[in-house]
Amino acid sequence: MSIRSKLLWAAVIGLGAVSFGIVALKRGESVNAMWLLIAALCIYFIAYRFYALWIANRVLGVNAARQTPAYRRNDGLDYVPTNRYVLYGHHFAAIAGAGPLVGPVLAAQMGYLPGTLWILAGVVFAGAVQDMIALFLSTRRDGRSLGDMIRSEMGPVAGTIAGIGVLLICVIILAVLALVVVNALKASPWGTFTVFCTAPIALLMGIYGRFVRPGRIAEMSILGAVLLFAALYYGRTVADTPALAHYLTLSGPQLALIIIGYGFVASVLPVWLLLAPRDYLSTFLKVGTVALLAVGVLIARPELQMAAITKFVDGTGPVWSGSLFPFLFITVACGAVSGWHSLISSGTTPKMIESETQIAFIGYGGMLMESFVAIMAMIAASVIHPGVYFAMNTGAGLIGTTAAHAADVVSSWGFTVTPDMLNQVAHDVGELSVLSRTGGAPTLAVGMATIFSSFLGGRTLMAFWYHFVILFEALFILTTVDAGTRVCRFMIQDLVGHAIPAFKETRAWGNNLIGSAVSCVLWGYLLYAGVIDPYGGIWTMWPLFGATNQMLAAIALSLCTVVLFKMKRERYAWVTIVPTAWLVVCTVTAGLEKVLSPDPKVGFLSHAAKFSHALAENQVLAPAKSLTEMGRVIFNDYVDATLAGLAVSIVVIVVAYAFVSIRRARATPQSTAIEIGGPAGAAVGHG
Amino acid sequence: MAKLSFLWRRAVQTARLMVGIPDYDTYVAHRSAHHPGEPVMSYGEFFRERQKARYAIEEGRFKGCC
Repeated sequence: MSIRSKLLWAAVIGLGAVSFGIVALKRGESVNAMWLLIAALCIYFIAYRFYALWIANRVLGVNAARQTPAYRRNDGLDYVPTNRYVLYGHHFAAIAGAGPLVGPVLAAQMGYLPGTLWILAGVVFAGAVQDMIALFLSTRRDGRSLGDMIRSEMGPVAGTIAGIGVLLICVIILAVLALVVVNALKASPWGTFTVFCTAPIALLMGIYGRFVRPGRIAEMSILGAVLLFAALYYGRTVADTPALAHYLTLSGPQLALIIIGYGFVASVLPVWLLLAPRDYLSTFLKVGTVALLAVGVLIARPELQMAAITKFVDGTGPVWSGSLFPFLFITVACGAVSGWHSLISSGTTPKMIESETQIAFIGYGGMLMESFVAIMAMIAASVIHPGVYFAMNTGAGLIGTTAAHAADVVSSWGFTVTPDMLNQVAHDVGELSVLSRTGGAPTLAVGMATIFSSFLGGRTLMAFWYHFVILFEALFILTTVDAGTRVCRFMIQDLVGHAIPAFKETRAWGNNLIGSAVSCVLWGYLLYAGVIDPYGGIWTMWPLFGATNQMLAAIALSLCTVVLFKMKRERYAWVTIVPTAWLVVCTVTAGLEKVLSPDPKVGFLSHAAKFSHALAENQVLAPAKSLTEMGRVIFNDYVDATLAGLAVSIVVIVVAYAFVSIRRARATPQSTAIEIGGPAGAAVGHG
Repeated sequence: MAKLSFLWRRAVQTARLMVGIPDYDTYVAHRSAHHPGEPVMSYGEFFRERQKARYAIEEGRFKGCC
């Protein structure tokens, strides 16, 4: 390293340390969001330069001379050597979703500091490491999928169990994300109108791009965007016209049924008609909005209103249940570490990478960008008044349905807020009420609208920005609902197909209809249970989602560890062992607490026991309103307990298989990793 | 000017690949270099083929993300 770059890095480290000190240690007065942003950026640069590159060169031993699948199997279609910046954009667009936006918003109930610390530590030592090593493994195996690699490196049983894990997480993700949309749209005719319009707009785009001007992505996207903004603009007119607003003011259960129906219909239509054009719109809107948010934070430089640490670190918080350890670590989810990324990293990206030396930039760097999005979401949640934050994120079961009562309850927690303030926020964003809009998206929308309107349009445009953010989130969540229902359908067909071979035929219409229906019933059931939950659904469901997502990350990191041992690089295996161990401890503790905790607020079984006890004495406990509802609450508790227990057993089994594979690898003196292609580029597998 | 148009081309490639459509010119160049005389898909066919491949979930292609 030259003297100049040494000085430069010393300056980055110094700046990072100072900003971080200000964020972490300043108490009693508000901190400017810029310090948080600068601290995060400095940490990202340092982590990339000194950790990611070290892992790539030392631990993995990336080899510039070794041919990548893009060259070895170049076909101009799937396998194409692609410029690294172009591929970085592709990779980031593929991993970015609703998780990094929603998780940090929910984590803010403990203050901005605990969540931020985990976003930063998690990404540097776990999330980005997982993404990069999964990309590396797949690049050395012709772009094979995570499931394939687990099967070949750890055995078929481990592979099948991991597959069941993916189905589990898929069902829970769909339910939770759909719940986020329901909570954002209930009793909001403006939002509902705009989001409903996205379906016909996408159909129009699909037809345009198929028959009118085939393959003109830019034209169809611009057409879609113009119509989308028109829908956003006229949404206000619809909301102000009582005759129209009446039909679009929907309750949670109504919206849930509509979304379940949408998921079914969308997933049996041809992809070019609805899924693809929707995906184009949501991808471009997603990337554009994230860029706009970054610019917005830089221009507005808002002060953080939320305290660094709130009293809810003790686990009594109203947004989601559970104490700081382990639940904070699974609430933040995708911004710190996401198991789902290991599926993406072993998908298209490894087939297009030009050189192994770019794996750190794309794998690790892509995840750093995702984490940066999470930091911005944390900022957006922290710039709104804490009283408003808690009123928006607490279920009606706790704060009631009137602004006066909600303000009383939230103020009694120490976050002083008046009914007028709550009404004013609702008025500013063009809604009748912002109470109990759990799920993170509306909170994020208020935060982002506050930031955007501070330099673009002021208060008059606040309502527009709010609904823009709701639209942006709903758009890509509904794309996920469509695609995810298809993924579930395929996995169900694959599993059931072992027993009934005819069901495996994915081109048969009957099979698709049945498969889609089954998959919609699975996630739709969880969604509906969440919607009618008086704590807002998110309270119990988000931790379940976080736990399964981390479970998948633990599985992916176990695979990485196994392969490091097989490659005879065990000297460096702590790089993946440490995050694997941490994730296993977090998921298993969280899962067991969710099942077994004696506190009925946390444990599903004790909650069920409490209700069964009351039911035996013919008592009705809130939230249930009748004895039948009591029965349903108990049943749902058992369903949730089963899901949590399943997640724990999957992690434990896969880790056990990892131990067996590691022992076997240690007993063999030479490398046993099953790689394809050596330094000379000869396409031979050895194993 | 040349630099600007180069950057623009890269930006277009990035945007297209974000939605799963790789560079068409690269495909054509690959076909003429490695498979001379064999048929080459038109842009319309190429687009349809790639669009179908991106969402070929039964081959484990599209995963979406949270």
